[in-house]
Amino acid sequence: MRLSLKHLLPIKVMLHLLAILPFCYLLFTVLSERAGGDPVQYIIHYTGMGALNALVAVLLVSPIAKRFKLGVLMQTRRLLGLYVFGYASLHIFSFLSLDLLFEWQLLASEIVKRPYILVGASGYLILVLLAVTSFNRIRRKMGRSWQNLHNSIYLLALLAPIHFYWSVKSEVIEPSIYLGIFICLLIVRFKSAKLVKKTNVASKKVKVV
Amino acid sequence: MKSTKFGKIKSASSWNEKENSVTPEGVFNDRRNIIKALGLGAIGASIPGHVQAGLFELFGENKAVDPFVTQVLDFTKNSAFGLKETLTPMQKVITHNNFYEFGTSKTDPVDNAQGFKVDPWVLKIEGLVDNPLTLDLDDLTKLFALEERIYRLRCVEAWSMVVPWVGFSLALLLKKAGVKSSATHVAFETLFDPDQMPGQKSRLMGGGIHYPYIEGLRLDEAMNDLSFMAVGLYGKTLPAQNGAPIRLVVPWKYGFKSIKSIVRIRVMDKQPPTSWNQLAANEYGFYANVNPEVDHPRWSQATERRIGEGGIFSATRIATKPFNGYGEQVAHLYKGMDLSRFY
Repeated sequence: MRLSLKHLLPIKVMLHLLAILPFCYLLFTVLSERAGGDPVQYIIHYTGMGALNALVAVLLVSPIAKRFKLGVLMQTRRLLGLYVFGYASLHIFSFLSLDLLFEWQLLASEIVKRPYILVGASGYLILVLLAVTSFNRIRRKMGRSWQNLHNSIYLLALLAPIHFYWSVKSEVIEPSIYLGIFICLLIVRFKSAKLVKKTNVASKKVKVV
Repeated sequence: MKSTKFGKIKSASSWNEKENSVTPEGVFNDRRNIIKALGLGAIGASIPGHVQAGLFELFGENKAVDPFVTQVLDFTKNSAFGLKETLTPMQKVITHNNFYEFGTSKTDPVDNAQGFKVDPWVLKIEGLVDNPLTLDLDDLTKLFALEERIYRLRCVEAWSMVVPWVGFSLALLLKKAGVKSSATHVAFETLFDPDQMPGQKSRLMGGGIHYPYIEGLRLDEAMNDLSFMAVGLYGKTLPAQNGAPIRLVVPWKYGFKSIKSIVRIRVMDKQPPTSWNQLAANEYGFYANVNPEVDHPRWSQATERRIGEGGIFSATRIATKPFNGYGEQVAHLYKGMDLSRFY
């Protein structure tokens, strides 16, 4: 199937719905008391998983677009990326408000004492930079450095699952799976980047001849 | 938030007045049922049975399992173990549990333990005792006069509750079995029954613990007045998710020491292995005394989130006390010990 620009709007609407639905489900479970007597940990975990899943989705876009020649899809990356930022913000806000109850001093000491929080906080810093520079105007202004900055999403793709893996008490299977997924997504990129280099070199040789 | 509707249980001058005002279990169950009826009954009316079951699974409910039955207990309130602190409402005590045998999330136990069978039950007290005991379900509530004690419960994850337990002193049980003079430690073991406990069947659900779950105390810790065998909470027998039919409660230690659904108590002459210590010895020691000075390697233990009444924004952060505030009763047990080494 060929996708053209006129398909972009329905695709975007669908992605918005898919991304908002889990948040509605969270509201439903918490408000209807299905999330247990003290849903704080549940909310923090759930929003964190939301950010992680949205990050997987962002990183899936370009391999899918390349493999199936659906270039239009590349334009959904900002939308998805902003949902990563949105869920990560909810994740951090719920940790601050519901778990730490806005005790800033505690936050400072926790960041120092809990290495996985430091990892998560670094990841969030990257996300803030990417979100702030996601406007077209800023992007144009930044020129080439925009792409360099936005390549740091690959660093985030390592920090996020490490943060998850490090934070759990003993249930390491799920975080291990996520770590594996992100590593695969990075390897796919690394390979195709190499391939592009090779073909570039090859075509240059042809020109010389 | 709905939970703000739960009765006011502000600390009164007399600790035993408080729980009358807590939402009765019946009303709580009704509420869950009403939500089910409203939320899913309407959708589900025209959907075939197996699809409905799937729907309930989607919402973390167990399909077609009758709720676990609890019974009213006869007991006296032990005023020596009262607290002037706000009780954690029963609804929170029974829906926020760490019981990895039923899954690792806080709501897995209440969702997955409703079909748990405690009858028949066998609890053996054996090892270095003069009269090994084999107790059945009835014995657990009839062997000793039951008393109610209100204890703080401090989880190693830095949240805490205040719970009115019903049960008897562990020392009574050990004295009945007659501890031999060579004994130094007591080991405890949770039921191993993967058919009933999905966490024991699947590593993914059980969080990687080597089952059966085992715990242990030094003999002098076990004989301390505070060490309690709980058979109930809030005046009724224990719900399955809280460790029915019998569990240990050692309130000056982190919650994971208070082992649930016990089938074996073994008096020994050496320190027994314990489950969390086996899994991560650098994070969980044998003693696991509540200690704000000694941080868990991955988080601080200086403060705790007290889960009280009201909605999710009503919790408070309070300073954690050494031995969870029971220093007067137990600090002497650890005289001369370096508690940062024996954590």
